[in-house]
Amino acid sequence: MVLNDVKYLKYKTYLQTYCPYCKVSFNVEKNDLKQLKLNAIYKNQELQLTLSPYLDVFDVESSIPLEKDSILDDLICPHCGKSLISKQISCGECNSHVGEVIISAASKLIPFYICLKHGCEWHGLSKSDERKIKLKIPRQTMPEQDQTLRVHNYEEVPYGYTTELAMLEAGRCLQCKNPKCVAGCPVNIDIPSFIELITHETLNEAAKKIKERNVLPSICGRVCPQENQCEEVCILGIKDKPVAIGRLERFVADYERKMELVEVPVISETIPQKIAIIGSGPSGLTVAADMRKHGYSVTIYEALHETGGVLTYGIPEFRLPKSIVQFEINYLKEMGVRFELNHVIGPLITIDELLDNYDAVFIGVGAGLPRFMNIEGESLGNIFSSNEYLTRMNLMKAYKFPEYDTPKPRGNKIAVIGGGNVAMDCARTAIRNGAEEVTIVYRRSRHELPARQEEVHHAEQEGIKFKLLTSPIKYIGTDSYAVKGMECIQMKLGEPDDSGRRRPVPIENSNFIIECDMAIVAIGTGPNPIIFNSSPKLKRNKWGYINVNPETNETSMEFVYAGGDIVTGSATVIEAMGAGRIAANAMHEKLQKKLNHAKKQKGKKKQIAK
Amino acid sequence: MFQIIRKQEMAKGSIIRFDIEAPKIAKKLKPGQFIILRVNETGERIPLTVADKDAFAGYITIIFQVVGKTTALMRSLNEGDTIKDIAGPLGKPADVEKVGTVVMVGGGTGVAILHHVAKAYKEAGNYVIGIIGSQDIELLILENEMRAICDELIITTDNGSYGERGFVTQPLKKYLSERYDIKLVYAIGPIIMMKNVCKLTKSFKIPTMVSLNPIMIDGTGMCGGCRVKIGGKTKFCCVDGPDFPGNEVDFEELEKRNSLYLKDEKDSLLASIR
Repeated sequence: MVLNDVKYLKYKTYLQTYCPYCKVSFNVEKNDLKQLKLNAIYKNQELQLTLSPYLDVFDVESSIPLEKDSILDDLICPHCGKSLISKQISCGECNSHVGEVIISAASKLIPFYICLKHGCEWHGLSKSDERKIKLKIPRQTMPEQDQTLRVHNYEEVPYGYTTELAMLEAGRCLQCKNPKCVAGCPVNIDIPSFIELITHETLNEAAKKIKERNVLPSICGRVCPQENQCEEVCILGIKDKPVAIGRLERFVADYERKMELVEVPVISETIPQKIAIIGSGPSGLTVAADMRKHGYSVTIYEALHETGGVLTYGIPEFRLPKSIVQFEINYLKEMGVRFELNHVIGPLITIDELLDNYDAVFIGVGAGLPRFMNIEGESLGNIFSSNEYLTRMNLMKAYKFPEYDTPKPRGNKIAVIGGGNVAMDCARTAIRNGAEEVTIVYRRSRHELPARQEEVHHAEQEGIKFKLLTSPIKYIGTDSYAVKGMECIQMKLGEPDDSGRRRPVPIENSNFIIECDMAIVAIGTGPNPIIFNSSPKLKRNKWGYINVNPETNETSMEFVYAGGDIVTGSATVIEAMGAGRIAANAMHEKLQKKLNHAKKQKGKKKQIAK
Repeated sequence: MFQIIRKQEMAKGSIIRFDIEAPKIAKKLKPGQFIILRVNETGERIPLTVADKDAFAGYITIIFQVVGKTTALMRSLNEGDTIKDIAGPLGKPADVEKVGTVVMVGGGTGVAILHHVAKAYKEAGNYVIGIIGSQDIELLILENEMRAICDELIITTDNGSYGERGFVTQPLKKYLSERYDIKLVYAIGPIIMMKNVCKLTKSFKIPTMVSLNPIMIDGTGMCGGCRVKIGGKTKFCCVDGPDFPGNEVDFEELEKRNSLYLKDEKDSLLASIR
């Protein structure tokens, strides 16, 4: 082995070695104190090599110093004891003798050979061998903030992949011919292509590939429930863990942003028609980007004083930094999308009035009306809806009180009712806010928790307790009208209900008290009536959500479209974006037809005039 | 940004009146509706009911009492200064129609809101009797404006420094027992005042509307912080109100909920002074 070739590895933090006989791959990580020992033969003497990525050349624990440019006679696989060096191979490119290298850095995941004469790099593996190696790479975990430290700050928990980790993870992708992940993605990102671009270390291109379909990749990479979407259908997931598509998406989007490689698309042609969008959440932003790219003039109306909808008021800083949300929104602003803040559509401007000035309207107002359980004592002090708690903490930045004026809700023993992502967000915010004890109270069992596994895991790491199969039936208050406890009842699981989950059934006489000086009700939301009061023409279903044609997402009012939670009820960011995409496509098609029709009419009139 | 075009100090500077340029809101706002404002980047969102508007000139009038940090900060603003965010109109407008004789009862800064509603009732062709009260003559606001609107106007002060001595409920009781044509009572003011007015009108079986001012954050139905119990059911003041039939309101609960943040408000105010 030429040691100079190995020098190639010195900038890498990760080494990967692979034995062609036993197919075992072994890694040496930067922080691995137990460095990998390998037996080698050098100048007819056996010696032990220590693989260490810190070093320029291999460190040799023997009395014989390795000379520069010296050739190892042999290197022994620690697993099967066979020689790792093959001398019979000739270069695939120049046909001269190949000096092997089976050691490769993470960027060259598949072992390759180096031609001694010209330095050609050459893969000497069959497809099936390559596949076998890929299958042996474990799913890479994301480095994250220490769990004992992070409960004292609001900074983001996972740090994201490093380039090396991302390339290693990307190398796991089998590049299926009929990729199921693409169909699993609500906006159909070309997942295999962007992953392949990562393996070639062309990260900017990978970012652009995602942006073709998704305008908010650094947000989706963080908050999408990939395990129920793209990653759920990944072939690797059958026997092992699926490719970490979400983490890779996050990585390339972050890379593009941090390296300042984001390019604002040039709007080449302008279309005279105008689009109004109500709500600046995920669905509205998607429609805005799509329509703006077509060349329409787009205005987003936002009721609050800040853009982003649920991304801003709902999802906490430590899960989705607000600077990222604002970055993505600025991207739209630079594309020419206009934002009108403090505009409550309905009372300030009705939908009919919007239609007077705009050619099409998209309603993406979300489902923001919090639900309560309507049990005794629910109006006691220090009982909040999850929306109120998160709005105070995120949108109004109450966690910085008194620097910010909105008072922050305080409690030492906090009960959070509900088992979804919002409940986890509330609980994790509360523990950062200095609560001594935070308990999630959920009426079904652990298996049915609707929150993402990752969130549950993070919550547990941070010391949040879970009181499962428990439902509050009454709150108990102090003399000063603050909550001091919750009477609960134990539940058991019965028959599955409409949603397929087993229905919780109360166990009689199992009542007990949970002490708490604050409670957060995170049991879901419903449609906000504010927009409907002035638009009786807008047809709604029995739950109060807007009725749309599922193929076009057009509502009962012509040229008025809707998507996201206001149509489906509480769902995910990416599903809202998918709905926005459907609406944007249909809207574009219909508006083009209208425009062409108008042109024809004009032409006819001219002919008649002649 | 919304510019303050006129500022007027009332009641020794404890009550401030602003005319704020907001043409879109002024065009749509109806009596009884409110706005949410945020003074600056670090400010809180506070709900304020609008006392008047001029759709033609494009401004709205708000009148507020200086009670906490935000209102103290607002007092320090002058004509030409701006308020960062104003969202509105929010809430359901007062259901104004011609019913005959109505009594408009207002206390403290509640008179500001009452004024707007009273004006609408007068314009709808009702006979409007006004009863407005305050603790002291110095704290009485909008007397002349109310006098211009109302067919009859009674003024009370707690200490007798002006008008009748006592509370607004005393002249109201007199009216209710003497006149049989009163079709509606509108009461806007401190919770205790509204509670007592409702107690009184209930005994006379006169429909009564009140305007509530619970704690609120977004004002668009999103947070549920403003939940109030109306007829045993939980309602959100910002989207279902702020006006509700007074006899169905659980005033005790409202009173308790409104006092939850008093300590925080004080801390915040003190911190800002320091």
